[in-house]
Amino acid sequence: MRLKRPSIPYIAWMVVFTIIPIALILFYAFTDSSGSFSFEAFAKAFGYTNVFLKSLWIAFISTLICLIVAYPVGYFMSRQRKSVQNVLTMLFMIPMWMNFLLRIYAWMTLLQNGGPIDTMLSLLGIHTTLIGNQGAVILGMVYEYLPFMILPLYTVMAKIDTRLIEAAEDLGCNKLSVMRKVVFPLSIPGIISGVTMVFVPTASTFLVSQYLGGTDDLMIGDVIDKIFWSDHNTGSAIALVLMAAIFVFLIILNLFGDEEAIAA
Amino acid sequence: MKKYLSILLAVVLAAASCAVVTSCSGYEGEINVYNWGDYVSDGSGDAIDTIAKFEEEYNIKVNYTTYETNEELYSILSSSNTQYDVIFPSDYMVEKLVKEKLVQKLNRKNIPNSNNILPKFQKMNFDPNYEYTVPYSWNVTGLVYNKKLVKDLKPDSWEFLWNKNLKGSILQFNNSRDAYAIAMQMCGVNPETFTKADVDKATKKLKEQKPLLKKYVMDQVFNEMEKNQSAIAPYYAGDVFTMMLNNEDLVGVLPKEGSNLFVDSMCIPSNAQNVEGAEKFIDFMTRADISAANSEYITYASPVKGAKELSYKELRESELVYPPDSYLEKCYTFRDVDADVYSYMQEQFVKLMS
Repeated sequence: MRLKRPSIPYIAWMVVFTIIPIALILFYAFTDSSGSFSFEAFAKAFGYTNVFLKSLWIAFISTLICLIVAYPVGYFMSRQRKSVQNVLTMLFMIPMWMNFLLRIYAWMTLLQNGGPIDTMLSLLGIHTTLIGNQGAVILGMVYEYLPFMILPLYTVMAKIDTRLIEAAEDLGCNKLSVMRKVVFPLSIPGIISGVTMVFVPTASTFLVSQYLGGTDDLMIGDVIDKIFWSDHNTGSAIALVLMAAIFVFLIILNLFGDEEAIAA
Repeated sequence: MKKYLSILLAVVLAAASCAVVTSCSGYEGEINVYNWGDYVSDGSGDAIDTIAKFEEEYNIKVNYTTYETNEELYSILSSSNTQYDVIFPSDYMVEKLVKEKLVQKLNRKNIPNSNNILPKFQKMNFDPNYEYTVPYSWNVTGLVYNKKLVKDLKPDSWEFLWNKNLKGSILQFNNSRDAYAIAMQMCGVNPETFTKADVDKATKKLKEQKPLLKKYVMDQVFNEMEKNQSAIAPYYAGDVFTMMLNNEDLVGVLPKEGSNLFVDSMCIPSNAQNVEGAEKFIDFMTRADISAANSEYITYASPVKGAKELSYKELRESELVYPPDSYLEKCYTFRDVDADVYSYMQEQFVKLMS
């Protein structure tokens, strides 16, 4: 071990705020309420498999939509003049300065019956309920986490040398081939960190579905929130399974790219 | 190494000087108060800021923190070293805390105002000999409906939360104990205390209700009802009183079969550091004028003699805030339930919602 002294605060931080909490979760997950070793918590945790799969599904769809929306935006931003790039980055950052819950409340107001969007659709003769379903939950997630997809994509794409694109064009590539053969391969690290930064929080988030969803849209983060106070053990077991699932997901994701992205 | 020592020394010195500054700030002591969120008059508008007034009158600094559920309070008290001097548990939680010796007996001599608590609140089943608590506020659960959205129905019973004509427009508590209490009443089970079999019966009843529901809500009920989004909801009657001030189409009713009478009390935890300060605080909060101010702010009833009379007319005359005694006879108050049964209920509730 060649530890340098400046790393001591970092290690202390890791021990206190990462290692010890994980150890505590492990302890709770593998014990029962009396504190003796047991798999009971896991048996109970698997009673929530349907919620678990649903959360991963919502996270997957939200991440996919974020990627599809963010990719052209990131590319467009990266090809602007430097000053325009800065302004655009700011525009995507500013909403993130607002409290997360406030932004969800805003969507509640926008989507509710008689709200602005509903009123406009009614004028067009479309009568439908916009809130209280899985679509609204996914919309909320995409809105909350889109900047986390755009920014890494933009950062990576901004580094792509314009001369490479010009070279490809000179050598006879059409726009599509330039995208496919030059931009896309070079942007993979951005895709990986973007997907990580969106998928991980959407899979584990809570409250969004309680505010925008209906009676069926509880997510695994909400389950942990509700179960934990009355049953630390099951709450910890669910959290542990979720951590394991996310870890596996990150490993798979990294098979597609370089190692740096896992740290993101 | 010397360099680190000197940094450490500097930090310690800085911390020590901070400590000196706070102890010289003019307060004679401090107490840690742990209360429900948004549960004291905070001085907005022309209301009294009760905490500031206490600090001023008694020269004791109040470190005020809040919690959202009884279970959160229990978890903090039973498994952390945090020391509180005054807490505000509800009925069934008081019983649990007494059983587990997490709260101490009060010395009534030092809390003279505690004798001004109305007699019926001095013999509640969670503290029959009136040893551990000084009640702070009380209220019942009730129903609120929007007269424009209920299609000529006149809801006066919990049954209307299962009414097929209101499908998609009904709300339910997003809180297991309150939601189960209603379902248990519908199944003829006494919600004061129950077994796993009773939970199963109620779960069945709640499953019948789920397809008719719009949502399980807590604070969101205000938005849902005040903005005409839903037709009918169960909620705490005092809060229904507030909703009705914000939307003329809302009607509050006390369900005819009776409902849950809940009482939140002030207690002193066993590990309190400043018992004397806590006693002063409890005594202050039990003064009729202070209790009236808090009651006006939270719109729940005050158990202190004379506080009702000091409150403004609409509040003291509202049957939602101060239900008549004849109604209270039909009400039940939650008792402590085995931890095992409680977490079973919580588990069933979460499964119901997923």
